[in-house]
Amino acid sequence: MLFWIIQRDLLLAIRRRSDVLTTLFFFVIVVSLFPLSVGPEMNLLRTMAPGIVWVAALLASMLSLGRLFSSDYLDGTLEQMLLSPQSLSILVLGKALAHWLVTGVPLVLMAPVLGIQYDLPADALFVLVMSLLLGTPVLSLIGAIGAALTLGLRGGGVLVSLLVLPLYIPVLIFGAGAVEANMAGVSYDAHLSLLGAFLLVSLVLAPWAIAASLRVSME
Amino acid sequence: MAINWYKYASPASFYALAGKMIPFFTVLAIGLLATGLYIGFFVAPTDFQQGEAYRIIFIHVPAAWMSMFLYVIMACWAGIGLAFNTRLSSMMATAIAPTGAMFTFLALWTGSLWGKPMWGTWWVWDARLTSELILLFLYIGFMSLQAAIDDPRRADKAGAIIALVGVINIPIIYFSVQWWNTLHQGASVSVTQAPTMASIMLTGMMVMVFASWMYSIAVILKRVRSIILERERHTVWVAELRRKGAL
Repeated sequence: MLFWIIQRDLLLAIRRRSDVLTTLFFFVIVVSLFPLSVGPEMNLLRTMAPGIVWVAALLASMLSLGRLFSSDYLDGTLEQMLLSPQSLSILVLGKALAHWLVTGVPLVLMAPVLGIQYDLPADALFVLVMSLLLGTPVLSLIGAIGAALTLGLRGGGVLVSLLVLPLYIPVLIFGAGAVEANMAGVSYDAHLSLLGAFLLVSLVLAPWAIAASLRVSME
Repeated sequence: MAINWYKYASPASFYALAGKMIPFFTVLAIGLLATGLYIGFFVAPTDFQQGEAYRIIFIHVPAAWMSMFLYVIMACWAGIGLAFNTRLSSMMATAIAPTGAMFTFLALWTGSLWGKPMWGTWWVWDARLTSELILLFLYIGFMSLQAAIDDPRRADKAGAIIALVGVINIPIIYFSVQWWNTLHQGASVSVTQAPTMASIMLTGMMVMVFASWMYSIAVILKRVRSIILERERHTVWVAELRRKGAL
């Protein structure tokens, strides 16, 4: 069931490649704007890099939330999913994981390239990728709650950012913090452990909240 | 004497009860506020370290406490409304949010007024300030979600879910911000290192805390009465009130 829904959403994403690419290029462009605005001072950029990449990842992942349920909602598939005898929590978990595979994983793969632009050392690049790998699924899971709550509302896109961005803050702190700790020569294990803890907690609790939100929105 | 709680779970009877309770809490709020401000401005001595500027605590500390209490209370009501499908609980949650947001803003504002003479800056990225700011964002998110949904039933339930998610997140956010702050070796001044207070200052502050509670209760009851009227405007009992000229 879980794999079926992931497979289905991935297939839909492959058929509409532009959506995936838009998110990825948004990420690249936002990250590239910062040197233009604060100046090409390499030392400054190197210290700012983890924060910039993480904020851009947050925004990119949030930007694509609108698509998570809206197309299924519009063509009535979502209603059928709610009516189906399968557990709705598992269904939405599958959808959130598919969202991560489509938007999160490209960001993770792209991050080292952007890190090189900011002159990050190799081991910092590795930590950046690890932190994004642990953190971006949390973003998808928390974001899905916001997406489910604002389904079919006027101005849902802006509203989602108001709801979801404050909840993203812990992930941002420890994601960017891991890279900064590594660059400062301190151990980053604690940061990655905490990110892992966030991932586990949100894997357990978020599907339940997403399912409840969808039921509220589809009443 | 057993109180029939179910009776007052109905908006119609609660409307009348709230109407009787509001004057009581208003008088208490005004009385305590006057006492608290009098102690704060005239009785409490000038602090030898902070001078007159410390007097902001008589507003600032109650506001900061209320901002946090009210979020938890709001989430409790929202949760009860979601679990038992009681309309009045959800209306209470909706009524609490603006007061909570107001106190959060007040705490931030008075904090920065105090920060300028004490720290020489309006704002530092101290752990407490940052988490208070995030709390304000959570309130704004809750209110704007409810405002965006036209159907009141859906607005209640959606608001309840986001309030509960927020309540789970508040400790996580709070500790994240605190650890982030210590990692960054942030502000050299800290709110936590306040000198121990003279007892008259503490008394004044506690009176102001109670005044804030009474004020919150009075304002929230007033607001919940308006919400009840707005949502029940098509019912017989509201028409009855209107006919009697009670509105």
